Amino acid sequence: MGRSSSKLLKTEAIDVERLRADFPILKRKVHGKRLVYLDNAATTQKPKVVIDALVDYYSRYNSNVHRSVHTLGEEATAAYEASREKAAKFVGGRAKELVFVRGTTEATNLVRFAWGEKYVKKGDLLVATLMEHHSNIVPWQLLAKSKGATLKFVGLNKDGTLDMGQFEALLKESPKLVAATHCSNVLGTINDVGAICAKARASGATTVVDGAQSVPHMPVNIKDIGCDFYAFSGHKMLGPTGIGALVGREELLQEMDPFHGGGEMIREVFTDHATWNDVPYKFEAGTVNIADAIGLGAAVDYLTTIGMEKVREHEVRLLQYASESLSKVKGFQQYGSPDTAKRGGVVSFNLGDVHPHDLATILDEEGIAIRSGHHCAQLLMRWLDVAATSRASFHVYNSYDDIDALKAGLEKAGSIFRL
Amino acid sequence: MSSADIYRELILDYYRSPRNYGKLEKFDIDARDTNPLCGDEIGMQIRVGDGQKIEEIRFSGKGCAISQASASMLTELAKGKPLDWVKQVSKEDVFKMLGNPDLGPSRVKCALLGMKVLKTGVYGYLGAHYDDGDSSDALP
Repeated sequence: MGRSSSKLLKTEAIDVERLRADFPILKRKVHGKRLVYLDNAATTQKPKVVIDALVDYYSRYNSNVHRSVHTLGEEATAAYEASREKAAKFVGGRAKELVFVRGTTEATNLVRFAWGEKYVKKGDLLVATLMEHHSNIVPWQLLAKSKGATLKFVGLNKDGTLDMGQFEALLKESPKLVAATHCSNVLGTINDVGAICAKARASGATTVVDGAQSVPHMPVNIKDIGCDFYAFSGHKMLGPTGIGALVGREELLQEMDPFHGGGEMIREVFTDHATWNDVPYKFEAGTVNIADAIGLGAAVDYLTTIGMEKVREHEVRLLQYASESLSKVKGFQQYGSPDTAKRGGVVSFNLGDVHPHDLATILDEEGIAIRSGHHCAQLLMRWLDVAATSRASFHVYNSYDDIDALKAGLEKAGSIFRL
Repeated sequence: MSSADIYRELILDYYRSPRNYGKLEKFDIDARDTNPLCGDEIGMQIRVGDGQKIEEIRFSGKGCAISQASASMLTELAKGKPLDWVKQVSKEDVFKMLGNPDLGPSRVKCALLGMKVLKTGVYGYLGAHYDDGDSSDALP
């Protein structure tokens, strides 16, 4: 680590150098260079404790949960349910209200089927925002199409915040559903989802908040937000892929029909009908993803030990440093609000006329991983009037060094493209 | 892979000053395709002249330097050639045309998008179906 990391040790909320040792992958080289991993909004790296939790489960107590009376089954059930408790507590919810799913996409689709099929009727209005990830748009498009409902979008202000005037105008049309992201995966905009949910509920709408980019990066309390459904993914918060959560209000979860039918989700099955298991098991059909749920629990423990206030503070500092440093690179154009207090640790940008994919190729050669493309947010790309952007996104193990490396990489790209 | 090797003068020149860019008023072939992974987009229009020759050809679209330069260079190569020539064009021809840059697997698709559109359009015109035999299209 160079000079700037010692600067970082003095000023940061997090002892990055010590913490980086927890992540085995950060030791590897890419094209002979130190890995500079800045694609955390896509997925994060895993600390050894998470990897160990998976290995420990498979090596020591692999067994099916809930129905096995033997020792392994009891241990697996205890660990799986302990993870549910941890994940729920992490976002200020109750374990009974947390359904394990594959990730945010499955969570929104669960709401689309289990809630939407029952409650949305022909002619109803559904509202989403232009800054949603496709996972919080396409399920509602499909629902609108199957039910003959209408889907409308809240637009954005110039600084990348939601147009609340337009939102309130849409609320006058009494929407059945309001779907909004807590934090944009492209602009980093942190939405005041508490205010959005309060207004939406006052107008009778059910609310779905996409927490995929907020839960991994800042303290979240869903009771304060007051949403009906809140979704997040494990792999973006140092946990394994294939596990995530939908936290829903208990009354709603009770009233809703099941999502998938099968084992585990039933109480009794007869030839002509079946009755459902209790919430949340009603929504967890089949053998669940035991190992990854346990891994998610380990990730929650790891983040809790660091403290989410510190994670957030660390990312704000990186964001400030990046904004200041990268804006000196010729041709650098950043999207989103300059106000770091209202922004997650995401820098979306373009460099002159260098296409983001060309830029990503050049940076990869320097061992730097960024994301390039439309980021599963094509509505937002059209609003920005760009085909694609490059995106650098942070997590706990990123340092000022990483941003210095990115800056050098951008300068190299500018030189190759003769900007 | 060396990026200085990929982004040599030739590719940058075609990226910034694409030849045969735009649309034709009158055309017989109109094909378009995208690379869903990165959003590269190429459309091609061809006017077929006497002797089943490519009388006029234009491409349009947006995307990275490799996809745009490759499509543009391909239109220059194709102009004046008989339609049957398109059947003979291979991936290797495209790589050669680009100066044989060392593209990684994720960027090869960018280089070949123009050829895919050209072949799709011409095969369709000739009443055939073009299958690029690349099942990885379906993979994420």
